[in-house]
Amino acid sequence: MKNNAMRWALLLLLVQWVQAQEYFPKNDGVLVKKDLYQVFTEATVHQNSAEIIENATIVVKDGQIISVGKNSTYPKNAVVTSLKGMHVYPAFIDVHSSFGIKKPTGQSRGRSTQYDPSREGFYWNDHIRPEQSGIESFTYDAATAEKLRAAGFGLVNTHLADGLARGTGALIALSERSSNATRVISPKSAQYFSLTRSQQSQQSYPSSTMGSTALMRQFFSDAQWYAQGGSKTKDRSLEAYNENSRLPHIFEAGDLDAVVSADKIGDQFAKKMAIVGGHNAYEDIERVKKTGATLIVPVNYPTAYDVSDPLMASFITLSDMKTWNQAPSNLAALDRAKVPFAITTHGLKNPGDLMKNVRMAMDYGLSESQALAALTTVPAQILGQSNKIGQIKPGFMANFTVTNGPIFHEKTTIHELWIMGEPHVIHPKDLADIRGDYTLQFKETNYKLVIGGSLEKPSVQATKDSVKLTAKAERDGAWMKLQMYDQDQGGWMRFSGNALLVKDRIALSTDVDNTPIALLRTAPFDAAEKKVNPKEIRAIVPVTYPNVGYGYTQKPTAETVLFKNATVWTSEAAGVLTETDVLVKNGKIVQIGKNISAQGKVIDATGKHLTAGIIDEHSHIALKSVNEGGQNSTAEVRMSDVVDSKHMGIYRDLAGGVTTAQLLHGSANPIGGQSAIIKMKWGAPAEELIYSNSPKYIKFALGENVKQSNWDSGGNRFPQSRMGVEQVFVNYFQRAKEYDDIKKAGKPYRYDEEMEVLGEILRGERFISCHSYVQSEINMMMKVAERFGFKVQTFTHILEGYKVADKMAEHGVGGSTFGDWWAYKMEVKDAIPYNAAIMQRAGVTVAINSDDAEMSRRLNQEAAKTVKYGGMSEEEAWKMVTINPAKLLHLDQRVGSIKVGKDADLVLWSAHPMAVYAMAEKTMIEGAVYFDRELDQQLRKQVAEQREMLIQQMLDEKNQGRPTQLKSSIKPEEFHCDTM
Amino acid sequence: MKKTNLLALLGALTAMSWSATAQQTPAPKQTEAISIVGATAHLGNGQVIQQATLVFDQGQIIALGGPETPTQGQVISASGKHIYPGFITMGTSLGLIEVDAVKATDDQGDIGDMIPHVRSIIAYDAESKVVESMRPNGVLLAQVSPKGGMISGSSSVVQLDAWNWEDAAVKTDEGIHMSWPNPISQGRWWMGEDPGMKPNKNYSLQVDRLLQFIEEAKAYHQGGSATRNEPYEALKDLLAGEDAAYVAADSERQIIDAVQKLKAAGIQKVVIVGGREAYKVIPMLLENQVPVITQATHQLPFDADSDYDMPFKLPKILSDGGLVVAMHNMNEANHQNRNLPFYAGQLVGQGMNPEEALRVITQYPAKILGIDQSYGTLEVGKSATLFISQGDALDMRTNQIEHAFIDGRKISLETHQTELYQRYSGKYNQ
Repeated sequence: MKNNAMRWALLLLLVQWVQAQEYFPKNDGVLVKKDLYQVFTEATVHQNSAEIIENATIVVKDGQIISVGKNSTYPKNAVVTSLKGMHVYPAFIDVHSSFGIKKPTGQSRGRSTQYDPSREGFYWNDHIRPEQSGIESFTYDAATAEKLRAAGFGLVNTHLADGLARGTGALIALSERSSNATRVISPKSAQYFSLTRSQQSQQSYPSSTMGSTALMRQFFSDAQWYAQGGSKTKDRSLEAYNENSRLPHIFEAGDLDAVVSADKIGDQFAKKMAIVGGHNAYEDIERVKKTGATLIVPVNYPTAYDVSDPLMASFITLSDMKTWNQAPSNLAALDRAKVPFAITTHGLKNPGDLMKNVRMAMDYGLSESQALAALTTVPAQILGQSNKIGQIKPGFMANFTVTNGPIFHEKTTIHELWIMGEPHVIHPKDLADIRGDYTLQFKETNYKLVIGGSLEKPSVQATKDSVKLTAKAERDGAWMKLQMYDQDQGGWMRFSGNALLVKDRIALSTDVDNTPIALLRTAPFDAAEKKVNPKEIRAIVPVTYPNVGYGYTQKPTAETVLFKNATVWTSEAAGVLTETDVLVKNGKIVQIGKNISAQGKVIDATGKHLTAGIIDEHSHIALKSVNEGGQNSTAEVRMSDVVDSKHMGIYRDLAGGVTTAQLLHGSANPIGGQSAIIKMKWGAPAEELIYSNSPKYIKFALGENVKQSNWDSGGNRFPQSRMGVEQVFVNYFQRAKEYDDIKKAGKPYRYDEEMEVLGEILRGERFISCHSYVQSEINMMMKVAERFGFKVQTFTHILEGYKVADKMAEHGVGGSTFGDWWAYKMEVKDAIPYNAAIMQRAGVTVAINSDDAEMSRRLNQEAAKTVKYGGMSEEEAWKMVTINPAKLLHLDQRVGSIKVGKDADLVLWSAHPMAVYAMAEKTMIEGAVYFDRELDQQLRKQVAEQREMLIQQMLDEKNQGRPTQLKSSIKPEEFHCDTM
Repeated sequence: MKKTNLLALLGALTAMSWSATAQQTPAPKQTEAISIVGATAHLGNGQVIQQATLVFDQGQIIALGGPETPTQGQVISASGKHIYPGFITMGTSLGLIEVDAVKATDDQGDIGDMIPHVRSIIAYDAESKVVESMRPNGVLLAQVSPKGGMISGSSSVVQLDAWNWEDAAVKTDEGIHMSWPNPISQGRWWMGEDPGMKPNKNYSLQVDRLLQFIEEAKAYHQGGSATRNEPYEALKDLLAGEDAAYVAADSERQIIDAVQKLKAAGIQKVVIVGGREAYKVIPMLLENQVPVITQATHQLPFDADSDYDMPFKLPKILSDGGLVVAMHNMNEANHQNRNLPFYAGQLVGQGMNPEEALRVITQYPAKILGIDQSYGTLEVGKSATLFISQGDALDMRTNQIEHAFIDGRKISLETHQTELYQRYSGKYNQ
C-alpha cells in the first residue's frame, strides 16, 4: 500500500515535469500549448571553439536555437534572461558512455570448456553481438545524469559495453525535465566494438587478443558475404550489423598498440572508425597520426604510487612510474600533432574529475580551444551530427552551459546547463556571498562567527569569549540556517533567515522567541585565506624509445662502421677468418677482408670475435599473449597482432647477441596461429619490428599439450589422443583443399581466414613450424603433409628427432631443438642432448632454439652444448644459432651469416662466442647499434636517475595529501609454449 | 572409479614401468690405489697445481702434489687435462621428482605449514634417470631438499651413485628448510582481487607464528613433556646448533628479519636461500656469518629495471664481499642441475677468477653442508670424489668428463641418454 502511494507520488511528480506529448489523451486537465520564446541576452557566447560573440543574444524555442548574434531581435512572447557577465558554451558531449545501461555480470564457468555458442539463429560466436540494442536496456539514471551535468555534459552516447560487436548505442540528452520520449535523441546513434569478450557467454573462443582480432576480421568479412546473400541460414547478428552498417563505428581499443590494431581492422574493411583509447599516444605521436583515425581519449590518469616504503617501490617499474608522470601530457601531444580527438569520461570513477584532468592537460600545453572542440564539435562529428549538436548556432539543439568565466578556468563556476531548452541549475548564479567575520548578540551574550566554506556550502566557526562552540551553517539557495550550541542558553540555539547581506547585516529570526536578531559583518571574506594546495606542475620525464627502462632518447640509426681486425665467424663456407675487417654501410655488409679502409666509425675488434646475429627459431618474448586455445584450430590468428615492442625480453636478447626471433603461437592446439618474425629493433613500434616481406609461418603442435594432458580442461575438446591429432590435420587440410577448389572454380564462397591460411600451406606459400616430441607423431605429421603434397618446414622441440632423423632428412624437414632440456613431462622422457648432433649428421638442418626468455639470451652457450654432447665442430655448432635457423625461416638470403650483401646484423663478442664467459659487447641490426655494453652502463644510470626523480615526485604527491595507490603492477610473466 | 582417477593411476603405472628399466650399476668399492698424473688440479679452494699427481686409495686422497709426487697402483695419464673435486648442487629435487608434469612422480613436498619432521632422504630415488644424468657433467653430490609450507622438512646430502637412499646418504637430515614470510603479497586474482603486489598485512603475524613454533620446540626440548612430538623432535639438532636452517628469503627486509630473528631465537646456523637483495646487506650477513645460496646465474633479472646481467653477477658480488656463496636452481626443472658447472662459468664471464668461481660449486657448498672435512676440495685425507675433464669443466665445450670417482669408486658415466645416443648413432651407421 505504502509502495503504491509512493509510486503515485513519483508519477505525479513526473507528470509535472514531462512536457505533454500533444497527441496523448489528457484526462487530468485541459491540453494547453506553449508558444513562447526563451531569450538570453548580454552573454559572451562561445558558439564553438573558434567563434565567440560578445554581448550576444540567444533565442530559443521548442528546445532549438533560433538565432544567435549581437542585438538579435526577438518576438514579444519571450521570457528574457540577462546573462550579463556570463559565458555560454555548447554543452559537452560524451561520445563513449554506458550511461543508464547496466553491464551484464559474468557467467560462471562450467567444469567443461564451452566451445559452441549458446544461441541459435545468431552469429556462430557469442561474443559477436551486433544485434544488441543499447536503448532496449536503457533506464534513465538521474543520479549519474546529475553528476554528468555538473561536469558540463548535456549529451551522452551510451551503449551496452559487452562483447566484441556490441550493437547500437543511443544518444541521450541529460534532461531532467523530459521523458525518454524526448531525451532519447537517437535510439540508434552508432555501432560499438571492442576486443573484449562478452560477459554473457563462456564460449571459449576467443581467449586472447589475437583471437579477438581475428574474429573481428572474420565477422566484418562474414557481414559482407551475408549482405551478398551468401548464407542459406538466418543470422540475426549479421543482419543487424548490415542493417546498421552506415552508423558511425566506435571501437573501444585501449593503449596505442590497440589503437593501431583497431585502425588496421577498420582499414581492411574500409570502415571509418572512431577509436577509444590512446592514453599513451604521446609515446609515438607519428604512429597515431598515421592511422588517420579520430580518437576518443579517456583522461583517467593513473594515481601516483605510494613509494614511501622502499620495498614496495622496488616493485614498481620505471615504466609504470613514467606512465603516471607522462599521462597528463597526452592531450597536449595530440593537440600539437593535430590529431583529431574527443575526450570521454570513460574510465573515470567520477565524471567530476573530467574538468580537473582536462585542466591538468592544459598545464602541460593542451589549448582551450582544442579542449572545447574535443568535448563538443569532435564528438558531434564522430556521431555524424555536426549540424545539430555541439555548437551554439541556429538550428542546433539548445544545449548550452552558462558559466561565470572561461569554462576551463579553475575559478569558473558552472551555473546552469540548458538542455533541449530546459534549465538545469548546477550552482545558482545569483547566490549572494555571505562569507565573512560576524558578531551576533543573543540574549545579552556576544558571539563571534566566521563564515567560510563555499558559496553554497558555508562552514561556520563560532566562539564565545574565545571559547569555541559547536556550530553549523546550512544554506539552501537563498535561505540559510544557523545552529550553535551553548549550555548557558539551554543548548542548541536555532536561527534562520534570508541569506542576504544588506549593509553588512544579515537579518535572522530565532524560533526560541520572536526577537529578530542580526549577524553583523565585521570583515568580508578573504579569499586568500582559503587554503589551496599549491598547484603541482611536475616535470615530465622525456619519452624514450621504447618508453620504458633502458629506452633510447633517440632511435638508433644505421651508420657506416668498420670492424677492424676481428676473428670473423662467417657461418659460411669461408669458415672462421682471423684478423679480418668487416665494413658495414647503409645497413648492409659491404666488404669483408684484410686492411679495409673506409670513412665512418672504426671499431677496433682486435682480440674480439664478430659473428652474425643469433636467430632464435622459437621464442615467445615480446608478446602480449601467446595462446589462442579457444578452438582446436586457430590458423586465422596472427602473432603480429600482439607484438609487444616494449618487452624487456628484446633488450635482454640483444644483450645476448640475438637479432632475430620467430615469435610463435603457443602449443595449446594442433593448429596454432601465424608467427611474427621480428628483428630486435629496440625502440621501434611493433609493426617495424616485424620483417618486411616476412616469410609466412604458422605454428602447429602435437602431443601432450594439444591433447590437454597436463591440465584439467574437462576433456571435451577433440583431440584427446595422438590418434585424434592426426585426424584434426587431415580434416582441416581436406577442407582447405575443397575450399581452394571452390575458389579456383570461381564459385561463390564465404571468405574464411582460417581456410585461406591453410590453403597457403598447401600451396607452399606458408611454412609450418611444428611443436613435436615423440617419434610416432613426428612421423605422422610428415605423412599427413606428404598426403597433401607439401613439406613440413621445421619440427620445433623435436626431442625424439634423433629416432627418425633419416625419415626427416628424406622428407626435407628441419629440426629446431633444445640444447639439453628434458624430464619436464612424459613425452620428453627420451629427450637427449645428443639430438642435435644425430639429426645434423643424418642430413637434417638443425637449429638450437630457446622457447624461453632466459635461454634465448644465452643461445651461444646452448649452441656450445652441442660440442659437448655429440662432438659437433665449433663451426657447425655456431651455425645452429645463425645460418641454420635462417634457413629454417627462409631468411638465409638476408641474415644468418657474414656475407657481402646481407643485412648487417652483427654481434661483437668479448671472446670466443661459444665460451661460457663471452659477452656480447655490441649488437647491430641493419647497421644500427641496438645494444652496446658501454651504453648500457649509461642506461643503468638513466634508469636510476629517472626512478629517483619520479620517486621524489610521488613522495611529494603523498606528502602533500594527494591520493596515492599502494600496490604495484603485476610482474610481467614470461611466456612458454604452454602458457595459456 | 572416476575417469580422472583411472587416468591418474594409468599415468602412475606408466611412470613406474618406465623408471623400472635398467639404470647404471653403482660402482664397487675401490680395490687398488689410483694415481692421476700430469693434469692441472683445481683444488676447489682457490688453488691450482699444474702437472699434478693425485693418488687415492680406499676412497681417500693419499697424495697430492707436483710431478715429483710418487704414484701408486693404477696410473691414469691425464696430461693436458684437468682434475676437479666433484661438484655439489644445492637445494635440489633430484630423486624426488622424476617427471615434472606427472604428479605421481613428484615427492618434493607435503601438505602442512610446519612439517620439519618430513625427511627428503627416504623418498630419494637413487635409481632416477635424472640423477644419473648429473654425473657426466661432474656433478657428483647433491643436497636433496623438501619444498613447500613455512617449514618444509629436512634435507640430506647424497652422492649420486648408489643402490638406494641409505647407500647414497652422505649426511642425513643436515638442515631444516623454511620459507620466510613475504612482506609483499600478490593479489589473489582468481578470487577477483587486483593481481598487483601489495604489502602483506599478515607478515608480522606469520613471522610470529614461525618464531612461536621454534619457541615451543625449545620448551619441548627442555623436557617434561609427557608425549612425543615429532615436529619438535625434528628441530632438535637445529636448536643444538648442529643443523642449519635453510631460509628462503629474497628481499632485504626478509633477509634482515630472517637472520636477526632466527639468531635471536637461538638458531646458530642460518643459511639464506635466494638472497636476491643480499648484496644490500653484506656487512650484516658477514657479521652473522650467514652464507647465501643464490639462484643459479642462468635466470632472468627479477624486474624490468634490473641490470640485464644481475643474475649473472650476484654470486660474484656476494663472494667479493667476503660471503660464503653457493647456488641453487630449485625454481627450475631438476634436470638443469647438470648445468651447475656452467652457472659457475658464467661468473667467470663477470670477471670472477675461475678458481674462485669453482669454489662456489665445491668448497663453499661443502662448507655450508658441513661436509667440508671430506668433500668439496682436493686435499690429502679427503674423499676421492673427483673427476677428470678434457678441458675447462666450467665451459660447455670443454666439460668432457673422462673419469669420475665417488669415494674412490670409479663410477659409470653412461646414462639412459648416452645409451640412446649410442643406439641411434648406431642405427644410422648400419
